[in-house]
Amino acid sequence: MNWHEYAIKHGKLPEWPYEISYGKENVVESDVLVVGGGVAGCRAAIAALQQGASVAVAERGFTKRSGLGGAGVDHWHGAVTNPCSKITPEMYSDTAMKISDGYTNGLARYIIGKEGWDTLLELEEMGVQIRDEDDEFKDTMFRDEETKLLFAYDLDNKHCLRVYGNNIKPCLDAEMRRLGAGVYDRTCITALLTEGGRQGARVIGAMGVNDRTGEFFVFKAKAVVVATGGGKRLGSFAPELTESQSMFHINLTNMGHTIAWNAGAELVMMDQLYVGGLDMGYAPYSMGNADNTYQGAPTVDANGVRVQHASATGTLLTDERQIFQSANPDTFVIGHGIGLGPTNTQEYSVSTLDHALNDKISSGELRLPLYNDFTLLDEKHRRLIWGLMLSHEGKTRVPIYETLSKWGFDPDKDMLQYAVTNAELLSHRSSWTGLEHSPKNWVVTAGGGGIITDWRLQGSLPGMFAAGGFPLFGSGCHGEAQTTGRYAGRQAARFASEHDSAEPDRAQIEREKRELFAPVENEGGDIGWKELNYAIARVVQDYCGRYKTEEILDLGIKRLKDLRDTEGRRTYANNPHELGRLVECFRLIDLGICYMEAAKARKASSKILGFSRVDYPEMDPPEWNCLLPISQSDGQVHVRKLPCDYYRQAPYSDCLAENYEKYTVPAKKEAT
Amino acid sequence: MPKFALPSQSGPCRVLSFDDKCVGCNKCVNVCPMDVMIPNPEKGEEPIVVFAEECWFCGGCVQECPIGALTLVTPAKQRISTIWKRKETGEEFRVGMRNPPPPVTTPPSGNR
Ligand SMILES: Cc1cc2nc3c(=O)[nH]c(=O)nc-3n(C[C@H](O)[C@H](O)[C@H](O)COP(=O)(O)OP(=O)(O)OC[C@H]3O[C@@H](n4cnc5c(N)ncnc54)[C@H](O)[C@@H]3O)c2cc1C
Repeated sequence: MNWHEYAIKHGKLPEWPYEISYGKENVVESDVLVVGGGVAGCRAAIAALQQGASVAVAERGFTKRSGLGGAGVDHWHGAVTNPCSKITPEMYSDTAMKISDGYTNGLARYIIGKEGWDTLLELEEMGVQIRDEDDEFKDTMFRDEETKLLFAYDLDNKHCLRVYGNNIKPCLDAEMRRLGAGVYDRTCITALLTEGGRQGARVIGAMGVNDRTGEFFVFKAKAVVVATGGGKRLGSFAPELTESQSMFHINLTNMGHTIAWNAGAELVMMDQLYVGGLDMGYAPYSMGNADNTYQGAPTVDANGVRVQHASATGTLLTDERQIFQSANPDTFVIGHGIGLGPTNTQEYSVSTLDHALNDKISSGELRLPLYNDFTLLDEKHRRLIWGLMLSHEGKTRVPIYETLSKWGFDPDKDMLQYAVTNAELLSHRSSWTGLEHSPKNWVVTAGGGGIITDWRLQGSLPGMFAAGGFPLFGSGCHGEAQTTGRYAGRQAARFASEHDSAEPDRAQIEREKRELFAPVENEGGDIGWKELNYAIARVVQDYCGRYKTEEILDLGIKRLKDLRDTEGRRTYANNPHELGRLVECFRLIDLGICYMEAAKARKASSKILGFSRVDYPEMDPPEWNCLLPISQSDGQVHVRKLPCDYYRQAPYSDCLAENYEKYTVPAKKEAT
Repeated sequence: MPKFALPSQSGPCRVLSFDDKCVGCNKCVNVCPMDVMIPNPEKGEEPIVVFAEECWFCGGCVQECPIGALTLVTPAKQRISTIWKRKETGEEFRVGMRNPPPPVTTPPSGNR
């Protein structure tokens, strides 16, 4: 029932069901603390436990289903050493770097290539089905008969797999708990602890608040893995309306980025600020499509006229197999949804629909609406798309597969309607892809920024490791998140075994508590978390949008600080849940400042970063083709220039394999 | 029936429906990453959806329910956009329609 139904039935509002003890202090000690129990965090915890470390996991939600990865997965990227693959880890990393002009994490992508397949095999042992065990897809072009693996996107190179990942998170969660992780659910981490409470010092734990009880947590640890995923709440005018359309959920606020920034760590690519985006508000995967999970599904117009598939470079395709091949035989399809911007990827992209679709619709040659006509597929291929992909992909099992089946959708008989929308989108993108909805000046979408690390995935602060696509300025796929999680977990365990614990600084703890609990201690607050969130979005959209200049960015930073010191001091929370949302907003203010400082640091525009400066309009001048690690200490912001391939320059070797061998910590199966 | 002065919600307010089988075990409450529900103060009664707007429709709660008492309720905006047409007859159907066709019971692919 809903709260208002309860009120009407009982004549009163429901009381808060959990005992509230705002600020009551709990101390948890472990060798390794994992911040964020998503797929990356769970893998980090499991790997650290296998190395013999004691592990605490602090999770905002509930680890069994939390995070972007909590709702399932159907494509597994980067497992390039699987027995059928023709791609090497070097090719995977170098190609990612090439198509992004160096603006991605080549180091992490090498690790993914190197260990992605092992990471997936371990997942199979934990209970996730990764093969066509029941021979349902025998004798189809998607399957390798010997291994029973199923492939997507590129059937020649066979490096992207189709997996049955609906139960992925329950499996990871069970394994992590079986190995003895101390899991602290409903805990919103808001800051890292540093030695002496100083910015730029060794990281020795973290702090946070429980959103059911309001209790305060101090996690003391010898090493910390930051695995909080990404976020899209910063620029949203309706952050609470995630609804079913969203590809991000409300607990995701880029908190790892912010706490690292506040601790004095170096971040890069926070200047990857796309302006644009969609606000269509459809439910992901809920309608006709030829993209991603629906790739290969035939499309027809309202008269039943077939819309042809086209290669990524625009050649119309006649043979079904070509849909799953590279546009250029000398290249391979690197994949989709792995954080490589659209700019340079064409040759390496997945196939699309006819590039002239837009014109054909405008001229009346094709009539809207379009449909997926599954009946044109042979039975096995139809089953592969609807039975496997649309029931294991994130947010599909219940909201799509079960819901549509319950309402009578039958892929053997029915045609699923496309969105009636911008034809450009229909041909190239998943038309439901709007990440949020609400009126906007524009959407400022921070792209792939994150924590810069060494070959151990250790950030610039000793003891702080990063894992997952978003914290590592990479992509945001399962392969990346889980492989880097597993790698960083081993590294953190090793670091913990070589270092003593350190006592947190009392003053740092008191400062944090004062800020976090002010909204429930101060009288007379009249600004709730939503109002504050909208106001933050206002500033970010106005001052970090299309028209960025030094002055505008400075004004933006000033406005955010003003908001923090004025409206931020007038906030209230009715219960610990609202307090959790509010403290996330406090950190969103810090995050906004970080983006604007990063935008100030790049005194040039850049196509690949989607970054424009009115006062520095020149696109990608060579002297600015570099990463700009940015950090803060004592109120000062520091920036330096770093080559994008820093991980193969001194003190490292140019040879990726050599670096990997030198720095990796060997995996162990069971806890020692 | 009492009439309250209550604020209206900006997003969907239903998101989940519980059927009579629900015994109030609260497994759904605890698995939800967003903590959308709270346990009902009346023991054995269905949970109360408090933060409906924060639901992102992963369906984890539905899968957690040991007796299948829970249904995800698609927001109207998406009920009216998820539409299909029967190829043979040209009839249109959608999620949430009146007089829907019989459910399709084919299980998903995979063995777990
Ligand atoms: C619908 C959908 C379908 C997808 N399909 C695929 C696919 O088929 N293949 C693929 O490769 N990828 C897919 N992805 C992307 C993939 O799910 C993500 O890239 C992956 O989950 C990232 O893993 P992560 O662990 O880094 O982040 P997440 O899985 O998002 O986990 C982050 C965790 O950190 C926690 N957290 C955040 N803030 C705090 C805080 N302050 N304190 C404590 N904890 C915190 C969160 O609660 C969460 O549990 C899909 C995503 C979506 C949404």
